[in-house]
Amino acid sequence: MGSKKQITYENSNVIEVGFGTAFKRGNWLTKLSAIIFGLGNILNKQFVRGLLYLSLELAYLYYMITFGVTALKDLITLGTVAQIEVFNEEKQIYEYIVGDNSMLCLLYGVLTVVITLAIIYCMTGSVKSAYDTQRRKELGGSIPNFLDDLNSLKQRNLHKAMLFTPVLGVISFTIIPLIFMILIAFTNYDKSHQPPGNLFDWVGFANFKALFAEGSMLSNTFWPILGWTITWAIFATFSCYILGMILAIVINREGTRFKGFWRFLFVLSIAIPQFVSLLTMRTIFNTNGPVNSLLRTLGVIGIRESIPFLTHPTLAKITIICINIWIGVPYTLLTTTGILQNIPKDLYEAAKVDGANVFVTFFKITLPYMLFITTPNLITSFVGNINNFNVIYLLSGGGPDSLEYYAAGKTDLLITWLYRLTITEKDYNIGSVIGIITFILLATVSLITYRRSKSYKDEEAFQ
Amino acid sequence: MKKKKNRSIKRFITNSIVHIILAILGAIWVLPIIFVILTSFREESGGYKSYILPRGYTLDNYKNLFIQQGSLNFPRWFINTLIVSICTCILSAFFVLCVSFVMSRLRFKMRKRMMNIALILGMFPGFMSMIAIYYILKGFGLLDAGPLKLLALVMVYSGGSGLGFYIAKGFFDTIPKTIDEAAYIDGATKWDVFRKITIPLSKPIIVYTLLTSFMGPWIDYIFAKVILGQDRSYYTVGIGLWTMLEKEFIEYYYTQFFAGCVIISIPIAILFLKTQKFYVEGVSGSVKG
Repeated sequence: MGSKKQITYENSNVIEVGFGTAFKRGNWLTKLSAIIFGLGNILNKQFVRGLLYLSLELAYLYYMITFGVTALKDLITLGTVAQIEVFNEEKQIYEYIVGDNSMLCLLYGVLTVVITLAIIYCMTGSVKSAYDTQRRKELGGSIPNFLDDLNSLKQRNLHKAMLFTPVLGVISFTIIPLIFMILIAFTNYDKSHQPPGNLFDWVGFANFKALFAEGSMLSNTFWPILGWTITWAIFATFSCYILGMILAIVINREGTRFKGFWRFLFVLSIAIPQFVSLLTMRTIFNTNGPVNSLLRTLGVIGIRESIPFLTHPTLAKITIICINIWIGVPYTLLTTTGILQNIPKDLYEAAKVDGANVFVTFFKITLPYMLFITTPNLITSFVGNINNFNVIYLLSGGGPDSLEYYAAGKTDLLITWLYRLTITEKDYNIGSVIGIITFILLATVSLITYRRSKSYKDEEAFQ
Repeated sequence: MKKKKNRSIKRFITNSIVHIILAILGAIWVLPIIFVILTSFREESGGYKSYILPRGYTLDNYKNLFIQQGSLNFPRWFINTLIVSICTCILSAFFVLCVSFVMSRLRFKMRKRMMNIALILGMFPGFMSMIAIYYILKGFGLLDAGPLKLLALVMVYSGGSGLGFYIAKGFFDTIPKTIDEAAYIDGATKWDVFRKITIPLSKPIIVYTLLTSFMGPWIDYIFAKVILGQDRSYYTVGIGLWTMLEKEFIEYYYTQFFAGCVIISIPIAILFLKTQKFYVEGVSGSVKG
């Protein structure tokens, strides 16, 4: 081979640099590509690539001139002209003159910011691409044409091709809505500031202050609900985990027969859509439902009496946790059976020789082993339980309602309260604050535990 | 000799107790299901009864469910849900498989960062973004007409599904890399490897991904409720059935509600029992070895 380093398109690690380096080391053409996208490519005969970049920039400029600049301005003011009522003398009626819609201002503002970020990303791409071409020329390599570019999508740039649509989906259906909702936490978008009739405006941290202000109705609602959410998550997670594991052990033990049959019996309840089983449970425990009728027939309670399973504040909480055990235990059974069989048998034999009974072996051997392995699962289910909308909403609907609470009931979790605040009460600002707090709660819990877990540390261990 | 006999008696007693407890627990777990099935065949109309076992049995609840063309139109809901779930499962399976292959097999600069972002995004309460999505869809006029609402629902279900790549990624991680390397030596591109090696080897996880995303629309309640609003003829099965239990309908539709539950539970139960192996592997995927 010749002494000159052969630069082929595939062997291109030399040219892979960040935006900063590309811009610093690039010649004037490369630098100019930051302002006129694709310039470096077009002048080097990579017409299609260059024109694609250029057309993106032109489209962005057109968008900004026709719409974007106003959208950004509106994002700052959130609209200035309120809708007004004017008496029309001719028709003898009140007419509405359309004002600014703060909600749309915020939405389009966020969209414009995201589009701007995307175009900045394109700008770095344009500079990098120009630098790439510049280097190839300097090193005397071949300059790829558009066909090469397309082919690179199957090889070097496969990740870009394959991630494009999913990432687009995530950005538009998860990230943009999230940014939008987070921003609402800093506005006064509540039921007395509903667009299009009224404007809402930025209020800084006022909503957070209102929520934490001592003695206010909001904070009197927030703290008990937070307490119940955490209690619920702990009880729900560990009751299902431990009971499910015990069930799995009992089914697995030597003397038990028809193992498959028992497992099938319990797993059957997962196979039924959750909302069906939850609605059924609600019916069963209703004031006039089967359980109460049964108790009446048996004479445990009077003919006209009923046990308020889901309407008494404390009893409702207990009922919900019990029903959740019914729902959750089969999941644990399903996931732990296999792991339990992997626990080394000699551990148990050694314990037996030492005279340990069933409880000691469970708490000293089984539980620590299982905890060690299933911590990630446990975190997922803890997080899932804090966000467990279905169980609460479909069973009790958050009720029984309480007058001491602001738009919440005694069994409401943060997440169901959030639902009620936004969907029923239209207090979006408080709802959004609740959402952020829930996120902080979850993020702290899971980051602390997750980063310690084995599966995070050696992600590549099994490859 | 006596001691041995004693021990076997003791074992017999423990075993009996264990089986009795299991039977009781099993009954607790199965009874609600039996209750659903029995009530779905109940002859007496009306809501709650003061007895549990129906006095008479009939198939009319199922028949009515499919014949009725009133304001609660079950066949219509069924077709709506079917359309939504087929579109959703194709789109989300495509998203999930792409993302998980990329995260498992390709190495690039942003990879680790993207995975962390996905993890963090997963911690926001799901419908915190719901309201915003609702307004975005409304802003684009997707909530003006019924059929468009169904399209919007498909987009909502599948849009963010790329974030749920962990299970499929865990599966791809277990395919030995040596197979890929052999293919690269033969001149295959990465795309070829995905198409001709990874995909054929991943049938179980593809089936799993397709099925879980197919089942989503059948069991979802919240998102459908927010998106579809009051327009009953475009309801999916989930909210439709919920509506049947509302005060104005419950007296008439109570038994039909259970018939509807049985009808959608059967296919889902079969799908679940068929795929539970993958579920278990997926959930405990991180603990192999």
